[in-house]
Amino acid sequence: MEQQIVKVKNKKGVRVIPGFGLSMGVTLAMLGCLVLIPLASIFLSASQLSWGEFVEVVTSRQVVSGYVVSLSCAFFAALINAVFGIVLAWVLVRYDFSGKRLMDGLIELPFALPTAVAGIALTYLYSDQGWIGSIFDKVGIKIAYTRIGITIAMVFVGIPFVVRAVQPVLEKLDRQYEEAALMLGANKLYTFFRVILPELFPALLAGFGLAFARGIGEYGSVVFIAGNIPYKTQIAPLLIMTKLEQYKYADATAIALVLLLISFLLMFLINSIQIYMQRFSKA
Amino acid sequence: MADKKEKDFARDMVGDGLHAIPKVIEPPKHYSRPVVKYILITVCVLFLAVMLVIPLLVVIANALGDGWAAYQEAVLDEYTIKALLLTLLATVSAVAVNTIFGVFAAYLLSKFYFRGRQLLATLIDIPFSISPVIAGLVFILTFGNIGWMGDFLKAHDIKIVFAVPGVILATIFVTFPFVFRELFPVLNAQGKDEEEAAALMGAGGFTIFRRITLPHIKWALLYGVILCTARAMGEFGAVSVISGHLRGKTNTLPLHVEILYNEFNTTAAFAVSSILVILAVLILIARNVVEWKRK
Repeated sequence: MEQQIVKVKNKKGVRVIPGFGLSMGVTLAMLGCLVLIPLASIFLSASQLSWGEFVEVVTSRQVVSGYVVSLSCAFFAALINAVFGIVLAWVLVRYDFSGKRLMDGLIELPFALPTAVAGIALTYLYSDQGWIGSIFDKVGIKIAYTRIGITIAMVFVGIPFVVRAVQPVLEKLDRQYEEAALMLGANKLYTFFRVILPELFPALLAGFGLAFARGIGEYGSVVFIAGNIPYKTQIAPLLIMTKLEQYKYADATAIALVLLLISFLLMFLINSIQIYMQRFSKA
Repeated sequence: MADKKEKDFARDMVGDGLHAIPKVIEPPKHYSRPVVKYILITVCVLFLAVMLVIPLLVVIANALGDGWAAYQEAVLDEYTIKALLLTLLATVSAVAVNTIFGVFAAYLLSKFYFRGRQLLATLIDIPFSISPVIAGLVFILTFGNIGWMGDFLKAHDIKIVFAVPGVILATIFVTFPFVFRELFPVLNAQGKDEEEAAALMGAGGFTIFRRITLPHIKWALLYGVILCTARAMGEFGAVSVISGHLRGKTNTLPLHVEILYNEFNTTAAFAVSSILVILAVLILIARNVVEWKRK
């Protein structure tokens, strides 16, 4: 009887649980004041620029090279993270060894460690006097103050995204299929690439996207190791910073707007993948 | 089937004759060759050592590079203490605001169905996906001299940009979705049957929340608070844009590290960093304890 009453009420659209108005009010008010209104001012400010000015700022040589550096380094970093992320997730899910818990906890370090600290530590480590940088310096490879250094810093901030995206999927993965593949005579490598990897792929792509997005926007850990050499190692967020220091607010806004659109596009792609994943798993 | 081995094998089969398939009870432990296992573990250990552990050691080694006295001096410096206090203030504010928001928003999105629910969830996630530098920029464009609220704030003599409120606002902004993101999946999976039952039996809103919803989200809430603390404490880009780097006034610990580093005061920069490293390690331990308790 009671269940029927609930159903009837729900059909009519009457909400049984109290607190809808209050929680809606608080949510919208806080979201509006703290996020949406400030965010809207970037569009407001950009609308004061004419289209010609906007294009001129965004297509200037320095800005374009900033986007290229940010996007290319973030892409390669995300790619490296995808490879190591899948290996790490595999080791953490499939193997038992001492120190596994420590390794699992360590993955989150880039989330917990302030980016500025990571930035100066990596710069020191990979500079030509640093512990690792000096080894590479002997063979003529410079890491700090080059794009390699930027990529390494982005690998640092991005690694937890891929591992944490792949790990739960790998844990839930039904082993029947890979066992079937092995029994049917496929070798382990073949099984991994043809049976396991396709299952992990949506999660891997989502993790890749998150690491990529984080790399594009990353500032703290990258700015020290980048060294701020114009046209070579200036990342896009740094250009925004430089323009702000010169009080060129309009320029900063224009650069930020393009960066924002790139982020939104990426976020849209990630969301689409996740929706596709949900449908896929339900089917 | 006299052969024992064959018999064992047959026992693990389901069906008979041509249609027999192996019964998978438990994945075999000997699945991977140990060689592959140890190679992969070594790769992971090396990767984590180079990327995560050695940078930490660099911080500690450099912080103590000029001896204990120099370390103490850098850490107990007046500006360092002030920066630490501001970092704590910003972190506590961000955690408080975002916890309140996270609880209300997660409750709203998991217990009620309404138009635009998906859109709202997407909007909440925005701060997560934009560059921290842009997060700082939006507050300058809102509250700064050139911002549309600039004149109003000037007339009433309120300073937000290049002042403490700006630092706090920027920190809140970048950590905005953290608590929500932890709470929402848990509440969503729990469904709303229990709350509906309680409401039909006459419980009030607050009682329902305290007696039914809260016990479900207790660990997730703690987890979210820990993540939020970690991010708020270390926020650099957004705060860097909006603080104006006024030493002793709007300098947080990460900004103080940057200033010292740019002054080539490397030892002091690493000494101050070591405070943040210790806090980060504590947070990591807390995170793992909470995750372990949750299971």
